[in-house]
Amino acid sequence: MTNRINKKFKELKSQRQKALIAFITAGDPSLTKTKELVLGFEKAGIDIVELGIPFSDPMADGPTIQASSQRALDRGTTLTKIIALTERLRKKTQIPITFMMYYNHIFHYGEERFVKKIKKVGVDGLIVPDLPVEEAKSLIKLCQKHDISLIPFISPTTSEARIKKIAKQASGFIYYVSVAGVTGARSSVGDSYVKQIKRTRKYTKTPVCVGFGISTPQQAKKIARNADGVIVGSAIINQIQKHSKNKTMVAKVSGFVKTLVQVLH
Amino acid sequence: MKNPDKHGHFGAFGGKYVPETLMVPLEELEVAFKGAMKSAAFKKEFTALLTDYAGRPTNLYLAKRLSAHLKTLKVYCKREDLLHTGAHKINNTLGQVLLAKKMGKTRIIAETGAGQHGVATATAAALMGLPCDVYMGEEDIHRQALNVDRMRLMGAKVIPVTSGSKTLKDAMNEAIRDWVTNVSNTFYCIGSVAGPHPYPLMVREFQAIIGKEARKQFLKAEGKLPNYLVACVGGGSNAMGLFYPFVKDKKVKIIGVEAAGHGVHSQFHAAPMAAKQIGVLHGSKSYLMQTRDGQVKIAHSIAAGLDYPGVGPEHSYFNVTGRAQYVSVTDKEAIKGLKLMSELEGVIPAVETAHAVYYLEKLAKKVKKKSTVILCFSGRGDKDMGQIKEYI
Repeated sequence: MTNRINKKFKELKSQRQKALIAFITAGDPSLTKTKELVLGFEKAGIDIVELGIPFSDPMADGPTIQASSQRALDRGTTLTKIIALTERLRKKTQIPITFMMYYNHIFHYGEERFVKKIKKVGVDGLIVPDLPVEEAKSLIKLCQKHDISLIPFISPTTSEARIKKIAKQASGFIYYVSVAGVTGARSSVGDSYVKQIKRTRKYTKTPVCVGFGISTPQQAKKIARNADGVIVGSAIINQIQKHSKNKTMVAKVSGFVKTLVQVLH
Repeated sequence: MKNPDKHGHFGAFGGKYVPETLMVPLEELEVAFKGAMKSAAFKKEFTALLTDYAGRPTNLYLAKRLSAHLKTLKVYCKREDLLHTGAHKINNTLGQVLLAKKMGKTRIIAETGAGQHGVATATAAALMGLPCDVYMGEEDIHRQALNVDRMRLMGAKVIPVTSGSKTLKDAMNEAIRDWVTNVSNTFYCIGSVAGPHPYPLMVREFQAIIGKEARKQFLKAEGKLPNYLVACVGGGSNAMGLFYPFVKDKKVKIIGVEAAGHGVHSQFHAAPMAAKQIGVLHGSKSYLMQTRDGQVKIAHSIAAGLDYPGVGPEHSYFNVTGRAQYVSVTDKEAIKGLKLMSELEGVIPAVETAHAVYYLEKLAKKVKKKSTVILCFSGRGDKDMGQIKEYI
């Protein structure tokens, strides 16, 4: 079957909708809750799930996701357990799933073994914030071979020459980082994205989605005018934290996510 | 083959494993650094700082009583402990902060574990009139209170890091996060031959003065090259500084000494090459201590300056090619080395340096005939007095 991410963007395009990509850290507050959240988010109408694989040294992440990652690790979350969770999720949902993870995990697992394994359990894409295109050659090949989207980053500091190089090998979508910095909810995200997305579109038809700092429906709506979708992470984690002691946490957070979906669909 | 290659690889190691936002700034840094290395004016200014301010050249001194004790080894000490601020770190920070100034950067940041690199960065920043923020793990702030005061006295801001293990690796994560956020005006001064390209190359070049001087001084004293070079290795900057100018001298045997903590088979050590696992941390691929799940392990060593779960990519490369041999020395052995050097020579080494000192005892038993050694005496022990009191 064709990659679920590509299929999703085709659908969205035909309906003139923009994508909401929702990030959660796998294992925070627990793997059971992660599963419930994914299913709740699907009902709320999100388009793609981004599962964060907790890592001991998340250098591209701000305080919110760092703390979330640490909570997941403290609970004994491992990559193996997350892969098993994904396999279980696939029996219940066909929503596109990407892993957001640091390269050491992939390297440690073994690139080829890892790509084959995640393909088998139904992962559609990989987002690796510390793997620039120069270091990704072998992983790009493996992902192409096994039809996994390796989603690259473009940032405010990326030169046009690099945009060209990155666009050439992009698949699934391109992750535009709205600000030079780390992940985390911000009150404003600047507007470098307008210019950089325009430049990117010269070289590729791959959808471009904007992430880092987006926390409200207003921000999402504004950014989506120039992009194919938005990625929200820290703001969702904050909601999970806020309701963590509440039995209706999944419903509450899904409700928040729905407010984002509504401005995009 | 040229090392590193144009993407910063030393064989299978090194590279640039960083967020996209840093890729163009790293290219700019590389261009600026290579330009500086070709500029007579930059070199003149750098050399003047090393000479007039830091106190170079440092002595190469024959440790006669230590040599007599070891019997089979004639040991020369390259006295980096005599430099301003008390360790080799100043060689690199003067170079990097000078480069930052030439690049028009208006703010310096650094990470520090033991505080030696933090102090050396704060020193260079004060000298050149730039504001300086130093990230330091909360644990290390308690362990190294004296160095915290030194940094603050020189006007640097010491920022406590409370994430992860609250030690050097987390301080480096935090410094990278700051850099990625403020990259337009900020220069990140990395303290070891680690991090993404061009840092391992740049730090090597700034520290290579150690080996260049030592080679000349040794030739003058002995009329030939030494049989051995010995230095302690955390990230590995003092070791690379001594080793690199001798790499083509195939007959010179090169030995790096990692920190074995409670022993390399325990859970408490800082010897990634002894643990034999390779991974990616802080922008480069190198030997790296990890759990079965691919998480980075927390290192342990009595020496805060060696307390790091990774090691520089070029050391990793030397290890697989066999150009250098890497061994390890435990906390307890290091204390023995520290006492030995203090009692026999009247020089108190840093507890990091003491690892290399103790290895000489082991080496002395291995050599078949009388051999010569240059020991990189990377730093002085004053900073450790509080910590080692219980062993005296």
